[in-house]
Amino acid sequence: MRSRAFQLWAWLIVIGGPIAVFVVWALVDNARQFVSTFLNGVTLAALYFLVASGFTLVFGLMRNVNLAHGSLYLLGAYVGWEVGDATDMWLLAVAAGFLTAALVGFLLQVFVFRFMQGQDLRQTMVTIGLSIVLADLMLWQWGGVIYQFDPPRAIYGSLPMPIIRGYPTYRIVVFLGAVAIGLLLWWFLNRTRVGMMIRAGVDDRAMLAASGVNVQRVFALTFAIGAGMAGFAGVVGGTALSISPGEDTRYLLASLVVVIVGGMGSITGAAVGALLIGLAEQFGLAYAPTYGIVFTFVVMALVLAFRPRGILGKPA
Amino acid sequence: MSAAQWRRAMNSGAGRYALRTATPAAAAPLPAVEAPRVGPAISAALGKIRLRHVIVLAAVIVYPLVVSPFFTFQIGGQSLALGLIALSLTFLGGYGGMVSLAQMSVAGLAGYMVAILGTSIDPISLHWPWWLAVAFAILIATGFATFVGWLSVRTEGIYTIMITLAIGVAFYYLTLQNYSLFAGHRGFNQVNAPDVLGVNLRDPLPFYYLSLACALGGYFFVQYIIRAPFGIALQGVRDNPRRMRALGFHVTAHRVAAYSVAGVLASVGGVLMIWYNNQISPESTGLGRMIDILVIAVLGGMRHPIGAFAGAIVFVLVQNFAIDLIARERFNLVIGCVFLAIVLFSPDGLLGLWAQLRARLAAFGAQAKFRSGG
Repeated sequence: MRSRAFQLWAWLIVIGGPIAVFVVWALVDNARQFVSTFLNGVTLAALYFLVASGFTLVFGLMRNVNLAHGSLYLLGAYVGWEVGDATDMWLLAVAAGFLTAALVGFLLQVFVFRFMQGQDLRQTMVTIGLSIVLADLMLWQWGGVIYQFDPPRAIYGSLPMPIIRGYPTYRIVVFLGAVAIGLLLWWFLNRTRVGMMIRAGVDDRAMLAASGVNVQRVFALTFAIGAGMAGFAGVVGGTALSISPGEDTRYLLASLVVVIVGGMGSITGAAVGALLIGLAEQFGLAYAPTYGIVFTFVVMALVLAFRPRGILGKPA
Repeated sequence: MSAAQWRRAMNSGAGRYALRTATPAAAAPLPAVEAPRVGPAISAALGKIRLRHVIVLAAVIVYPLVVSPFFTFQIGGQSLALGLIALSLTFLGGYGGMVSLAQMSVAGLAGYMVAILGTSIDPISLHWPWWLAVAFAILIATGFATFVGWLSVRTEGIYTIMITLAIGVAFYYLTLQNYSLFAGHRGFNQVNAPDVLGVNLRDPLPFYYLSLACALGGYFFVQYIIRAPFGIALQGVRDNPRRMRALGFHVTAHRVAAYSVAGVLASVGGVLMIWYNNQISPESTGLGRMIDILVIAVLGGMRHPIGAFAGAIVFVLVQNFAIDLIARERFNLVIGCVFLAIVLFSPDGLLGLWAQLRARLAAFGAQAKFRSGG
């Protein structure tokens, strides 16, 4: 026990020391840049968490590495844009993005993945094939143009802040929304009957089936929720940033790295990973622009070297 | 995921394959359960030469002499170079049980190194003699492959695919954003293949034969290594790492070494690819290209090294002639659908189809013989 506490302190000093030095330097040097970078990192992390939580949920229960997750993100974003453009109601667009992606995910589980349960590699290959086909179909339908839509007036504009003059209200709302969704997911998984079934399925699929639960229904529901989260994040992220071909790859990579760092199948892990990666990316971008992406990679390599299953990962 | 599940996933095709070839028991001898015999390996290999091997070898040698330069260079040369990169994945995936998506990044790094150390139009290039640049390119890319292996073998099965995917995409972004070494989004242009002994390797015919030599070298190298003690141990690690560890094998070392071996193959392929394309840019190692390599390997089938080349030929043909089927921009749709169909209906790829066909024919022949014999 004593040596473990010692180890913890050693880690805190080795990793926390340089970070503390950097924070002090950055605050003294240019407090405004530091604060705005920090806020950017945290709000980007919120978006990453929204995408990655669906990915990790699906993987945790079904061991299905859904590499078409990025495509579902983009599909949700495009459909949301169409609906938002037609009705001028942002909330409707969010709902449409969620429902479309959820429906696609549900159909995939019922018509494809159900028949290859336990063949992880084959499922992954199928999702890769799907992502190729989906990306091309979306390029066909929506072209290579960049789309962007405005959030509703209530959360548009900027919010006065102490050190920096103002910060986009929408990003703050996204952050709050991500926290709310995270809490909602936690409540759903830990306090409801269906959530209990999902958690039981994560631990032991066969045992859950043996105790009389219709596992296929649980799987289909989980896949729909996971895919829906991607579509939801698509609309939210498309509003904050923009929608264009290639975003699917970007968010697939983001959710992969977040989930690898945080630990597969754990919602809390996704939150921790998203925070780490979001901050690393934004600070890298602000303080060492050419090597922004390398920071993300270094974080991942470090975590893998010392905790191969991610920070909060459990042995499968 | 338990080791048993992973093994089942990897072997679900293998069992059926062996069974199918084994049914007409008298006709086809079982693919030899390899015992480590290094000494008499050559005579054993000579004994196994069949008519179809001779035909294929003769065909690939005569091929460029009878077709147009377009078919020699764009179809033949490119298939062989891509096939070599895919072969590295077949070796890793089929014999090591580790599906790595970063093989294209390894090949891309080799290409970048040829451009950086060798000659290009960009001022970054150091203008070393070509053979030195190529040697160092292969060395550095193999080192990178080993590093990728070292990072990813700590995890098992399905995690490997994700980690190598993340590494590969990170490499893509690095080449895109770094201007001092990788020349950012513009990449390197006019990286010409050298003149060797008065032969311009840029011409279709010499390039084809160079690619063919490298491809054959890679093919026989893999054929040799999977029968060598290292290859046997690697297949043991694929099938049951826990048992191999109990037997005293260093499982991690075998896996990392497999990444290095595959890295050599991929980097040779990468050098060929940059000479084929004459240029390299971040797009050459993007996610699309990484997945192309996986598509090629899976399309051909990962049960045998020849699958990589069969897949590459089909891939390149579809790439070049999708324009006749449907608009050129929809190439991804065509290849994606072909890939999906293969994954859904024939997990062993074209090799699986070939094995099925042979089993059918053999069964048909046996039936006919039975009938005529009364």
